[in-house]
Amino acid sequence: MANVSTLNATGAAIDAVRTEIAAGPRGKKPKKVLSRRNIMIYGILGLAALYYLLPLYVMVVTSLKGMPEVRLGNIFSPPMEITFEPWVKAWAEACTGLNCDGLSRGFWNSVRILVPSVIVSIAVASVSGYALANWRFKGSELFFSVLIIGAFIPYQVMIYPLVIILREIGIYGSLTGLVIVHTIFGMPILTLLFRNYFAGLPEELFKAARIDGAGFWQIYGRIMLPMSLPIFVVAIIIQVTGIWNDFLFGVVFTRPDTYPMTVQLNNIVNSVQGVKEYNVNMAATLLTGAVPLIVYFVSGRLFVRGIAAGAVKG
Amino acid sequence: MSRTVPSATPSRPLPKSSGRPNQLFRNLNSKIALTPMILVAAVVFFGGTIWTVIYSFTNSRLLPRASFVGFDQYERLWASSRWIISIQNLLIYGILSLIFSLVVGFVLAALMDQKIRFESAFRTIFLYPFALSFIVTGLVWQWILNPEFGVQGIVRSLGWTSFTFDPLYNPDIVIYGILIAGLWQGTGLVMCLMLAGLRGIDEDIWKAARVDGIPMWRTYLFVVIPMMRPVFITTLVLIGSGIVKLYDLVVAQTSGGPGNASEVPAKYVYDYMFQAQNLGQGFAASTMMLLTVAIIIIPWAYLEFGGKKRG
Repeated sequence: MANVSTLNATGAAIDAVRTEIAAGPRGKKPKKVLSRRNIMIYGILGLAALYYLLPLYVMVVTSLKGMPEVRLGNIFSPPMEITFEPWVKAWAEACTGLNCDGLSRGFWNSVRILVPSVIVSIAVASVSGYALANWRFKGSELFFSVLIIGAFIPYQVMIYPLVIILREIGIYGSLTGLVIVHTIFGMPILTLLFRNYFAGLPEELFKAARIDGAGFWQIYGRIMLPMSLPIFVVAIIIQVTGIWNDFLFGVVFTRPDTYPMTVQLNNIVNSVQGVKEYNVNMAATLLTGAVPLIVYFVSGRLFVRGIAAGAVKG
Repeated sequence: MSRTVPSATPSRPLPKSSGRPNQLFRNLNSKIALTPMILVAAVVFFGGTIWTVIYSFTNSRLLPRASFVGFDQYERLWASSRWIISIQNLLIYGILSLIFSLVVGFVLAALMDQKIRFESAFRTIFLYPFALSFIVTGLVWQWILNPEFGVQGIVRSLGWTSFTFDPLYNPDIVIYGILIAGLWQGTGLVMCLMLAGLRGIDEDIWKAARVDGIPMWRTYLFVVIPMMRPVFITTLVLIGSGIVKLYDLVVAQTSGGPGNASEVPAKYVYDYMFQAQNLGQGFAASTMMLLTVAIIIIPWAYLEFGGKKRG
């Protein structure tokens, strides 16, 4: 009995709160800015933010120091004399094996891999997502589930057969081969993304277009494409960061002269020969991280949406 | 994975397909459009996987050869100390990174949910490492953890000369050095997913809890977290399937060293397939990875999609 009455009381109290809220906006309660609660919240968040920012700071600071200053020891101290020499050296002179033309080679390789991979994978995935969302046929749902399962299979299991296939076609080791690989492994997640988006568009649009006599490609080109700009941006973000950051495919499917930037960076920094030039290493690292970082800072909220969907790619 | 996508899929009724001739040619354009993808899924995803599993029972070395030797490769695999170390490392890394990223991610998200100022600035800061590659992450932390110039060197130069913190050069704790970098890169994502989950909790729940005088931490622990079960499961699957793939970070940070103290299964696979010319071992190891992922994914897929929609 007591329970029922407390429940009723609670219900009444909630109702009271509700009506109070429904009564209309009231000004915010004046709060003390420096309450203990606030100090704790901002204190913890601030400390965490410091931890997250620290590596970026260390990278920037180290890359602007000369080697003698780096050897003095403190990686956290700001540079006494700012020099851009490490940046120049990382871009144009750093050595991997016998090549000493710096990261620029890897950068342009990455660009040449990135642009076609992004375009092809998004084109294929958007059409497939559209077909799966709007033109279902017997077995299309089953195929979709199969595709999603495919997204979880570790790449290591599929790499070697793919090497054989590409070798048979004769494009193993070329940039074309790597573009195909990126297109293949980008498919599941992108198709999922596009399918969900197209399925969320009002069906009436699609039906109206069909009554007006539009076919598969017409509806895609004239109705779906113009309406789906945001999801294309999200897909581009996922693919640009994903492909730029890839290491495994780069190292398996390319040769030293076609290495993408991440692979070359790793070779420069972790090479055993020669004197370690930490400032050049950090400049090279920053240069490699610059592209996804710019994408991140420019795209803001869309990036969050993209990674939530793209996290499956790992 | 549709859970993580904000716009969930509404189930749209299938167009009626009965009573018409030419089943094969219905939606022909749609089928043509899907052909490349169906081919890829069939040939690479399934054909490739099955091929690898089958060839893991052969004694292929430099080139794949179809001479079957039963479970020999697996016996050799589990007898190899390097593989055992890899598995141990993956377990330590996996369990700790699951615990830490869930706890830290949730706490950060809960703090961010207190209607604070500068929320988007904080989110930007917590999430930016996720945009960076594992290679970049590994190299930065290699530098910060450098015993001569990094954290250890600085603490020593402050006067505490016996201070030792050299995870990347100490075989016993090297995996924790990698964990620090991995957490730095990945917790932002967990925080974001958790924050989205928290924002999905009905405001009335909080009001009801406050009216009942339940302290905030208890509301989180006993009301909000159980309500966020789907978010937790999705996050768990995401982190879990990411952990199994752990490769680039180790290559960049330690190259598996010192010795082979920080080896992981994905690196074992790569090294045996492409460096040691011992394909059979590589196939067997990658099949074990597939098995691990299956153990994570199948129960989840069953829970998520089991009764509701099949196929």
